[in-house]
Amino acid sequence: MEINANCKNEVLYIALVGEIDEHNATEARRKADKLADDFARSKSAVFDLQGVSFMDSTAIGFLIGRYKKFNRYGVRTYLTNPSQSADKILSMSGVYNLMPRI
Amino acid sequence: MENYMKLELLAVGENEAFARSAVAVFALSLNPSLSELSDIKTAVSEAVTNCIVHAYGKEAGENRIFIECKTEKQGAVGVLHIKITDHGCGIEDIDVAMSPFYTTLAEEERSGMGFTIMQTFMDGFALKSEKGKGTEVRMRKSIGVSENETERERVNA
Ligand SMILES: Nc1ncnc2c1ncn2[C@@H]1O[C@H](COP(=O)(O)OP(=O)(O)O)[C@@H](O)[C@H]1O
Ligand SMILES: [Mg+2]
Repeated sequence: MEINANCKNEVLYIALVGEIDEHNATEARRKADKLADDFARSKSAVFDLQGVSFMDSTAIGFLIGRYKKFNRYGVRTYLTNPSQSADKILSMSGVYNLMPRI
Repeated sequence: MENYMKLELLAVGENEAFARSAVAVFALSLNPSLSELSDIKTAVSEAVTNCIVHAYGKEAGENRIFIECKTEKQGAVGVLHIKITDHGCGIEDIDVAMSPFYTTLAEEERSGMGFTIMQTFMDGFALKSEKGKGTEVRMRKSIGVSENETERERVNA
């Protein structure tokens, strides 16, 4: 999984690209947490899932973990562009209650 | 027409992607839709990841995961049977383990939704486990019955 980020008008956009599973989440976790530290003063962070070609329940833990990290800095987090199957996983696990879909 | 395959894999993270892709390719002869294929890959990924992180834990790299698959086809309808087995630590209480959000590895950001996803995404699910002996997950997916034919995006083998 790759992570690409850019910040516009105090909104941090984080694009997740590739497959999210247990094996490749570790590196992505480190990168996303570094972004949270570096952009602690932004208003909100939007995770763009457009480029995610596969995910399993690892993504639930990954996203909730990042929600907590950003939340500590008072940064609101949102999700956008989930595929149909990603949406199924995110809906049933209640991730949208923490990170609303926009 | 029936088909069968058996895979034996080292229980390492690198094999998560290989295992789900291998089962998905095996299922292609049933002419699944993209969403059926995606359900299968996710369920297999859940079961295989559990073998690596829970069953074997720190000894994962020295142990093996066994995957058996069978396809049956009756007219336009196909059925995929999957069995994923480990010889790891086993599960003390299956009912507890299967309940949504239950995890013994919360500190590693596991969500506890693996078994719930396997049950929701597949049409049949059965779990057998014995403490100290290992765990067996059986899953079944019917192909070509649940969706409207016109909505199906066919995957070419
Ligand atoms: N193959 C296995 N061997 C031993 N324990 C397992 C196995 N699969 C699952 N478990 C146990 O069942 C629990 C729930 O599994 P699951 O629903 O996949 O959630 P998670 O993997 O996120 O913890 C795990 O936390 C673990 O304690
Ligand atoms: Mg799991």
